[in-house]
Amino acid sequence: MSAPPAQKHLGEVVLDASGVEKSFGVLQVLRGIDLSLRKHEVVCLIGSSGSGKSTLLRCCNLLERIDGGTITLFDHDLSDPRIVEDRVRRHIGMVFQSFNLFPHLTVLNNVTLAPRRVLGQSRADAEASALELLARIGLSDKASEYPDRLSGGQQQRVAIVRCLAMEPRMLLLDEITSALDPELVTEVLQLVSELADQGMTMLLATHEMGFAREVADTVCFLEEGRILESGPPDRIFAAPTQPETRRFLQRIIEAGRL
Amino acid sequence: MATQPGAAAGVSDEAPISLYAQRPPRLRGTAGTVASTVSTIVLVGAIVVLFLLPSSAGFRHEFFSPHYLWESFRLHPSDYLYSVSKAFLYTVLLSVICEPIVLVLALAVATLRMTTGPVLKPFRGLCIAYTDFARGVPLILIMLWVGFGIPELNAGWISSQSVFVYGGMVLVFTYTAYVSEVVRAGIYSVPRSQASAARSLGLSSRDTLARVVVPQAVRNVLPALLNDFVSLQKDTAIVSVLGAVELTHAAQADASYWFNSAPYAIAAGFYLLLTVPLTRYTDRLLAKDRDRRLAGSA
Repeated sequence: MSAPPAQKHLGEVVLDASGVEKSFGVLQVLRGIDLSLRKHEVVCLIGSSGSGKSTLLRCCNLLERIDGGTITLFDHDLSDPRIVEDRVRRHIGMVFQSFNLFPHLTVLNNVTLAPRRVLGQSRADAEASALELLARIGLSDKASEYPDRLSGGQQQRVAIVRCLAMEPRMLLLDEITSALDPELVTEVLQLVSELADQGMTMLLATHEMGFAREVADTVCFLEEGRILESGPPDRIFAAPTQPETRRFLQRIIEAGRL
Repeated sequence: MATQPGAAAGVSDEAPISLYAQRPPRLRGTAGTVASTVSTIVLVGAIVVLFLLPSSAGFRHEFFSPHYLWESFRLHPSDYLYSVSKAFLYTVLLSVICEPIVLVLALAVATLRMTTGPVLKPFRGLCIAYTDFARGVPLILIMLWVGFGIPELNAGWISSQSVFVYGGMVLVFTYTAYVSEVVRAGIYSVPRSQASAARSLGLSSRDTLARVVVPQAVRNVLPALLNDFVSLQKDTAIVSVLGAVELTHAAQADASYWFNSAPYAIAAGFYLLLTVPLTRYTDRLLAKDRDRRLAGSA
């Protein structure tokens, strides 16, 4: 097996999952996941709906509690009862499929709420850095608008910026383009690519195979709560070894999504 | 009959179709304005004529006698009983003091009921029992119970408060139960994903509730909430069973002194003065919120 081309220097392991299990009632969603994410690395989770991608992401920032195995984040075991959830989450940004901007707050207040309340920044400081971030994505003029007046792509970019305002160590992106009209997907993916180029550590679940291929350092194929296959995108997409992976990619190709 | 092409079951291209209205078309433009003006004049005219008919003199005197209307309205009625205007102040004061207290306590009860910690379990049970009780027992019964019961306790300052205080307490007690249920419904109406987003930004559960969930919840149930407040304003009348001279009681006293019902018209006018602006304000808020949020889409 040939080594992948060294595109960028990966740092130390920031997130390490081993044997992670999670059930909702009788339904076991994660059945022993092993995964590690290094600094600056972009890992893409692919797999059909219900394979456990979202649940895995939600376990990483403690929106869900795991039933078995361990998740280690920055060398802290997340199952340690002394761990304070809010302290974990302030270092991990999460972007959702449905944007989840706060509809009663302006774009600017959406971005500044957490820095002010969690990091104790002054309103002036928080707004200054928020406006800077909004300028980076070309949405400065929308700062005083309410989210409902923005397009889906704009909303999702604001949601990403809202995370960035907390200066997170890593991002979890949960199918962030799945709720977008096709013509709006590009602007969001472009922003994610830029973040990847800047060395942001990211774990993302996606149905955009072309994007995964382009941006990922590692692709993991999930099925029924297990990682069946993982490796560099070129190998996973060009020469998958597992029959399930091949079947999945075949369906994606037939649907015209690759 | 030979089958026509395309004449499969459920497909018909034979019956003639009329696209014209069966009734005469609705009047529009100038004709519409004329029509609505005429119908308004007819309706208002009919009411005025009925009211001014000679045979309505008794009705006019009993319900709208200018003399008694004025006497019960003026601040210092000559030698008779109560000024309905003064009683209006009592009603306004009672409402205005009770409403914010109800809102704060209702938020507390609603959030307490939605906690999940084991320590608070008995308190959740208490909240459920309380809302069941306060909503299930007539307000007037609780009013009599508390308003006469507590003074009879002879328990120092607790038993020596004014009727205003006991009446207010009972209103708060009952309405907190209603409003807390409205608030709870509002909190459930906010998608869980909003809380997920807030928590994943590192916001504490308290900040998530106070800054993300409750503001949206209150917005979603604003009409129901203000409905309850309108209701509370009217139910201040029940404090009259304790002897408080609020609007209804003052009007009743004047009316029975004069054997004339005109004071009730004044009292009704005052209630409307209190409740109609609140209703209109709610409508405006809702319209504004809707406009603001839908301005971009549609």
